[in-house]
Amino acid sequence: MIFHRLKVGFHRLGSPPTFHKLCRVLSPWLWAGFLVCAAIGLYQALYVVPPDYQQGDSYRILFIHVPAAWQAMAGYVIMSILAVIALVWRIRTVEIMTMAAAPVGAAFTALCLATGSLWGKPMWGTWWAWDARLTSMLVLLFIYLGIMGLYAAFEDRRKGARVACILVLVGLVNIPLIHFSVEWWTTLHQGATIRLLGESRMHPSMMSPLIWMTVGVKLMFGAALLDRARNDLIDQDRRKNWIRQLIGEGATGDNA
Amino acid sequence: MTPTRKKRLAVVALIVLGVGAATAVAITALNDNMLYFVSPTDVHAATAPQDKQIRLGGLVAAGSVQRDPDSLEVRFTVTDGRHDVPVSFEGILPDLFREGQGVIAHGYLDEGGHFHAHEVLARHDETYMPPEVMKSLEAAGHPPEASKQ
Repeated sequence: MIFHRLKVGFHRLGSPPTFHKLCRVLSPWLWAGFLVCAAIGLYQALYVVPPDYQQGDSYRILFIHVPAAWQAMAGYVIMSILAVIALVWRIRTVEIMTMAAAPVGAAFTALCLATGSLWGKPMWGTWWAWDARLTSMLVLLFIYLGIMGLYAAFEDRRKGARVACILVLVGLVNIPLIHFSVEWWTTLHQGATIRLLGESRMHPSMMSPLIWMTVGVKLMFGAALLDRARNDLIDQDRRKNWIRQLIGEGATGDNA
Repeated sequence: MTPTRKKRLAVVALIVLGVGAATAVAITALNDNMLYFVSPTDVHAATAPQDKQIRLGGLVAAGSVQRDPDSLEVRFTVTDGRHDVPVSFEGILPDLFREGQGVIAHGYLDEGGHFHAHEVLARHDETYMPPEVMKSLEAAGHPPEASKQ
């Protein structure tokens, strides 16, 4: 029974007006959640947590760098799941969502690379090193950009989305490479500090802002994803009836 | 699921598995080239090439750093606990460079087994803690595990 209702709900999301409504309702809540989490997280990161015994205050950049890196990778996994649904079921709204994930993921990857570079110069002594971790992260940025480019290269948006979805699946192989690069090879980048299995190598007094920022960044990814998907949908359907009706409703709403 | 969708799902699975297998083969073949640095043990086992630019990684041995008072020349020993390699370098060292800390030196090895570096990078370990915690750990006689390779 529950499964059936879920299935019906899933199918209804394929309808552009329903999807548009869901995005419009959900997105402000996600943005609000992000702002609250980021405000708490940044305040704690800058004023509450103690400095590091070796790096002093410079380590505080990790409270942006690490959540951005995690989101760059988690965003790719989400995009891949959406790509599988888009390819197998050919639901247009899911195709649009998959394509909307790429620029957001690319932005987080770029943020991760930029903050890492800023930290690397004073700590390591170099802005950049061609080690396995840094290189695989740069490859992730190029894959994201490639997906965006491929989608934009087609006159027919649906065809473009389907071709780009295949590239999404091809690029998925890079995600475990990024994760395990610091274990499989020697790298300049340090190993994982936060471990899901086993003890983390960060003192508990420093953990709180990292959790706030991680949750906040996840909410922001969702908000940006829904906003982008909604814009793309409106752009594609701008001559369709449901959009006219929507604008009509908005106009009468303004007059009232 | 309709037969068409099953077929599409199979194609999707094939793409992912195929790319995964191809990458696994490529990476196994390139494994040695993916290493960013070699350890002093590799140098002693002569698996590291001589007269060629390599990166040597390890810990700066405690008490080994000697600075020349008239120039920027620094001499220190890089160790991995089993073998040592003497290193000389002229230039400015990164902030995190200190005894017991991980470093990666880029340079070449001469016949005498001495490493001439033209670049030294500090390698940070994955441990983060406040200075007070470090002090109390030291007072208790439990220095945290030194940076791993």
